[in-house]
Amino acid sequence: MNLLEQTRFLLRITRTHDIMRRYFVVNGFDGALTMLGLIIGFLVSGATGLSVIINVCLGAAIALGVSGVSSAYVSEVAERKRALGKLEDAMITDLRDSAHGEAARGVPLLIALVNGFAPLAISLLILIPLMAANAGFVLPVSPLYAAVAIALLLIFLLGVFLGSIAGVSWLRSGIQTLLVAILTAALIYLFAGY
Amino acid sequence: MVLVKRLVLDVLKPHQPNALEFSQAIAKAGGDYRVCTTVLEVDENTETLQVVVEGDAINFDAVQSGISDLGGSLHSIDEVEVQGEPQAG
Repeated sequence: MNLLEQTRFLLRITRTHDIMRRYFVVNGFDGALTMLGLIIGFLVSGATGLSVIINVCLGAAIALGVSGVSSAYVSEVAERKRALGKLEDAMITDLRDSAHGEAARGVPLLIALVNGFAPLAISLLILIPLMAANAGFVLPVSPLYAAVAIALLLIFLLGVFLGSIAGVSWLRSGIQTLLVAILTAALIYLFAGY
Repeated sequence: MVLVKRLVLDVLKPHQPNALEFSQAIAKAGGDYRVCTTVLEVDENTETLQVVVEGDAINFDAVQSGISDLGGSLHSIDEVEVQGEPQAG
């Protein structure tokens, strides 16, 4: 069994596919909305250097990533240990050396990596226009507005992904998540900038 | 040398992996193994299976290892069919 097949197998026997997917969407959404909030905050604040904006956003993205990895790892280790203990009680045997024991050790790490990777990767995608402009590339629009557009697009795509999982209209689901992002932006414009 | 041709095993296993994956893993223990699995009982967390393994020369240790690797527990060997090989010379 190669590594990918083994990973799929361990996720299947622990029935954690859906947990991992949920973590990806929830924390990915967190990352996108945090970046959107920061960038709109900078937009309403007036002129700020690009490097300052990038550093602030990168700092937040890294913190989200580390927070995602550590929080998911701690909670999933506890959950998997509990599930393994319950199974061992039912089987009246030690399962540490079985596939279930391996899953109890490996699956929390995998889920933690997904949970940390999702906000970090989505944040980095949103920051591409800012980094490109900072590196000297000339963009047709302001890098901040381009970053906002990418954030909105990614949030829409997360909604589309959720729609495809639920088997409902992808467009409706995408628009729903987009409306959340627009509401967030409206709230920031309403309360920030003083 | 005595060759094991057929084994009927009573096995307790968790619900996952399912009976198909479980049987496939046992079959992989040998090149020509034929495995027939019947789910006898389903409880909240476990299933009791009757596993029939047939082959030209079954390696019992490999079968047992395949079962325990997937979290199963061999409860009993219910039937055995073995065949002695005629001594050369």
